[in-house]
Amino acid sequence: MTDVAFSEAELAPPRPLRRLLRTNPLLAFAAGLVLLLVLVSALAPLIAPYPADAGNATHPLETFLPPSWHHVFGTDPVGRDLFSRVLYGTRISLTVAAAVIGFSIAVGLPLGVAAGAFGGLADTILMRVTDIFLAFPALLLSLALAAVLSPSVTNATIAIAVTWWPWYARLARGTAASVAGRPFIAACRALGLSPLRTIVRHVLPNSLTPVIVQASADVGGVILTSAALSFLGLGAQDPTPEWGLMVNQGQAYFPTQWWLVTFPGAAILLTALAFNLLGDGLRDVLDPRRVVGRT
Amino acid sequence: MSDALLLEVRDLVVSFDGVRAVEGVSFEIAPGPFGLGLVGESGSGKTTIARAVVRLLEADRGEIRFLGADVRRLGRAALRRYRQSVQIVFQDPDGTLDPRMRIGAALAEAVTAHRKLPRAAVNERVDRLLHEVGLEERHRRRFPHQLSGGQRQRVAIARALAVEPRLLVLDEPTSALDVTVQAKVLELIAQLRDQHALAYLLISHNLAVIEQLCEETVVLYRGRVLEVGPTEQLLNRPAHPYTQALRAAVPDLEPRVRASAAAAAALPVRHETARCPYYTRCPLAVERCRDEQPLLRDVAGRSVACHRAEDALAFAGHPLHLASGS
Amino acid sequence: MKLALRDVRIAFEGRTVVALDALDLAENEIVGLVGESGSGKSITALAVMGLARSLGATVTGSIALDGRELLGLSERQLRQVRGRRVAMIFQSPVSAFNPLVRVGDLFVRTLRVHGVDSTDAGRRAEDALREVLLGPELLRRYPHQLSGGQAQRIAIALAVALRSDVLIADEPTSALDVTVQAEIIELLRMLRERERLSILFISHDLAVVAQLCDRVAVMRNGSIVESGTTAGLLRHPSHPYTRALLAAVPRLGGGRTA
Repeated sequence: MTDVAFSEAELAPPRPLRRLLRTNPLLAFAAGLVLLLVLVSALAPLIAPYPADAGNATHPLETFLPPSWHHVFGTDPVGRDLFSRVLYGTRISLTVAAAVIGFSIAVGLPLGVAAGAFGGLADTILMRVTDIFLAFPALLLSLALAAVLSPSVTNATIAIAVTWWPWYARLARGTAASVAGRPFIAACRALGLSPLRTIVRHVLPNSLTPVIVQASADVGGVILTSAALSFLGLGAQDPTPEWGLMVNQGQAYFPTQWWLVTFPGAAILLTALAFNLLGDGLRDVLDPRRVVGRT
Repeated sequence: MSDALLLEVRDLVVSFDGVRAVEGVSFEIAPGPFGLGLVGESGSGKTTIARAVVRLLEADRGEIRFLGADVRRLGRAALRRYRQSVQIVFQDPDGTLDPRMRIGAALAEAVTAHRKLPRAAVNERVDRLLHEVGLEERHRRRFPHQLSGGQRQRVAIARALAVEPRLLVLDEPTSALDVTVQAKVLELIAQLRDQHALAYLLISHNLAVIEQLCEETVVLYRGRVLEVGPTEQLLNRPAHPYTQALRAAVPDLEPRVRASAAAAAALPVRHETARCPYYTRCPLAVERCRDEQPLLRDVAGRSVACHRAEDALAFAGHPLHLASGS
Repeated sequence: MKLALRDVRIAFEGRTVVALDALDLAENEIVGLVGESGSGKSITALAVMGLARSLGATVTGSIALDGRELLGLSERQLRQVRGRRVAMIFQSPVSAFNPLVRVGDLFVRTLRVHGVDSTDAGRRAEDALREVLLGPELLRRYPHQLSGGQAQRIAIALAVALRSDVLIADEPTSALDVTVQAEIIELLRMLRERERLSILFISHDLAVVAQLCDRVAVMRNGSIVESGTTAGLLRHPSHPYTRALLAAVPRLGGGRTA
């Protein structure tokens, strides 16, 4: 009679990871790329052919060598192997990103969720504080810090973190406010659950999705910002193998010694891209209820 | 003897979004098994009343007494205890459960909301609750989106029962469900009422549902009580023109042509003026209705807020009037 | 036959959700399509309007309006059919309207798209509102300033102004109060007489369908399990699902069960 496939009461089984990745090739690709980057970062000392070149070593006789079998990415103005430096640079970039985003979530998420869930005065105060921090441009703050302290990766990280967390507070607040309006939160109140428990066990977990998606997209942003700061001389200093710094150092020799700029630049691009794609893929995945042809 | 009553609401006034949603509403609920129906259309204030009773909303004025104690003045600890005695089930089965929590965990949380129990005892209670509402142990591991609407509503009922309340407020519990599912959930409510000697406040726009489950009915319109009395009498011989219109408007399964209801309703506007709220739509309206707000008075065994209630009763059989012609 | 559906199969990503053998709507007839959620009734309605494809569905079979096949028409040709020949009203009229456009402007714009000039459009709008028992002052309002009942009347008035001959109503009264619902049903009945409308009335509420429709088709899991005249179906339902639906409708006069 009919070959109709579903009925109202059909229960969807939980989706195994493999099937998840198969139906979402974008996510699979991005996840693979990110995994590769993390591995490179972790195993840099083992993979890099010339680990010392990521540090203080100099080789005056091997400067400006083009890419070859011995030096896959060529060498830089001081004779250091660019490939090893780029590999070590992965560590720095990922660490900076992790630190900034970790801090932003640690501070912004609780503040934002509290503001969104409580509303009223708490919300107003917290949001005004956020606004103050949002008024600081990362660049100006780093300039100030560089003037007071010495420019370094650490200080650049601090500058970026201080200006980055308010976005997470805003985002968390918006999501938390909308979650707090849903019937199941009213049900928690009606049940007699304490506000703290309601917020921590119910509002918070339901407010995470946009934050997680934003976090993965932000990795690219943080890396670009830190590279920009280094490029301006406000962040990493030589001999730190930071990608932005390498681009800065290499730009004077472009285009003849093109590899100095191209490879670190490509690394920045690839990393930012990988995490952006991951964010996109995660967004599709984290809310699995898709409405297909509801009748 | 107000201590014998489970819930007593007197002259409740509630504002919502700057508008007076509830205007001087009073009703009583006896200890279970007992059902009071609150029937009204949109803007009647019925959901606002439900929320005020469980203190999800604060009323402006009036009394809400549970076993004699004034619910509006409860301190924090007493309020928690009140929350153990009165529970609410919401209309929307989709938003009523935390989408990130498994059913078993959600029910366990409800069970332990007011007392600490060892894990085994909690699990045993959760299983028992699931069985009571017609679900099974295997549903414990499911997430809400893996259940149907009717099943989710059952879980919502189970969650409300977990704290062993004496009064259940049901806000349109089946309106969002398919009709076959609705019938089963209503059956469930009837069963639970018998098993637990439950008392409930059932809010619905559907008169047939109210008739099935409630001994007494309160008819609300724009925040005021227009008629209140024993359900059977109220539905079979409605004394207020609005109740009559409601009754006539309920489509039944007899394919008959009905006289059309009153002309298009005015835009919902809150009038603080002293006139009958139903004036603009009432076929029996006279000048007095515009100038003087009718108060509840006893007519034919119930309370009716209508100047012309006796005429309304008399006209009930008239073919040109909006009667239920049966 | 005003509207004839034959062997219509609607599928999403390979899964068939509707498998409808036959459904007819004669001229000046009101046919009810009853089903619960998941029955496929709404997607069938959308398919008639050619709107199912934009949701990702594949539709096969035959949907003929006055003998002319609608499936396979280009988007341009379909746009001439929509509104002008077949109008559709939905469950939530207020959300179906552009919130930034006044009602009157909506009328004029829609009528002009279908070739009516502006002055004519204004007059037709007023006439249409009168037909649905609303005053012309409502033309100046924005959608959020309308009550649910008024909004639905205006949606119907649009169909009247466009002089459509077929109206597909997808749960038009489910979101309305019961008294307002009664008014809308009465209005549809009146319009059927006056404008010789043919109406496909989709609902989950068997009682409402019983009030309004000449014939009824019961849908379940994507196919029609029973169809016939309203009176016949109500008095002698043959399919067990129809019987279950009838038994489940809460009836007034049934007394208390608790």
